[in-house]
Amino acid sequence: MQTSDHSESLEPYATGFVLALVLTVIPFGLVVAGILPPFATLVIIAILAVIQVVVHLHYFLHVGQSTPSENLLTLAFAALLIFIMIGGSLWIMLDLNARMMS
Amino acid sequence: MTSLAADASAEHPAAEVDVYEEKALGFWIYLMSDAIIFALLFATYVIMAPNHADGPTAKTLFNLGRTFGETMLLLFSSITFGFASVAIRFGKQRLALTWLAVTFVLGAGFVALEIGEFTGMYEQGAGPQRSGFLSAFFTLVGTHGLHVSTGLIWIFILSLQVLVKGLTEPVTSRLFRLGLFWHFLDIVWIGIFSIVYLPGVL
Repeated sequence: MQTSDHSESLEPYATGFVLALVLTVIPFGLVVAGILPPFATLVIIAILAVIQVVVHLHYFLHVGQSTPSENLLTLAFAALLIFIMIGGSLWIMLDLNARMMS
Repeated sequence: MTSLAADASAEHPAAEVDVYEEKALGFWIYLMSDAIIFALLFATYVIMAPNHADGPTAKTLFNLGRTFGETMLLLFSSITFGFASVAIRFGKQRLALTWLAVTFVLGAGFVALEIGEFTGMYEQGAGPQRSGFLSAFFTLVGTHGLHVSTGLIWIFILSLQVLVKGLTEPVTSRLFRLGLFWHFLDIVWIGIFSIVYLPGVL
């Protein structure tokens, strides 16, 4: 089954590595330089983090079209749970904070 | 799941392959549950972060240079593990062992930096008992550090197995699951520097 040669198989890792490096250096650089207002910087950090998670899943964990559907299903279910739990916790606690202040 | 698993399925009888695919799926489900644990620790941290109880704050405690070093060590260890995975797939035992050793050294460097950071904070009186912010910080980052330490022990044991048994089918399938674990830990670290360190210094 060695259809591709050794160096060809290294390519996805190298691509993922370069992308991850860029997606890491930009947020660190923005915070160190402090050129943008804090809120804008936070938004950019969040967006780049989500992109980098996708890059890692695709290039390092090889999640993609050849991934069995059971794995994708559990991944999607975990993502849903994480969304509900993080979103729900923050919603409740921030709402509570706002009510306590007023 | 990956071309690694696909390669295995082409070479071996169906029953044997099923076992390894089942193990890969089972391990994947474990990783997803681990992701949920980390998500809850992240949610707790975000809620607790403002509660520094007049103690030291993130701005004075965090050192971005150190965090960047930790990030680079983990990222480099991710790609060196990738190189090991490719070497394993092509049956190059010596090359695989070399890359596993490099991965181990990079991971150990990460743990060493983190231990240095934690002890430094302790000495400044910024231990986990100081404030809600610090309790949540040590729980989240410490849990990740423990995972990486476990991964190091796992790399060491599997490297010994490769030395003693060679790249047999069971050993290869264990290395595949270790790879999932190792890359997963790097993903959790993206969350840690994006949610804990960068906003803390900002």
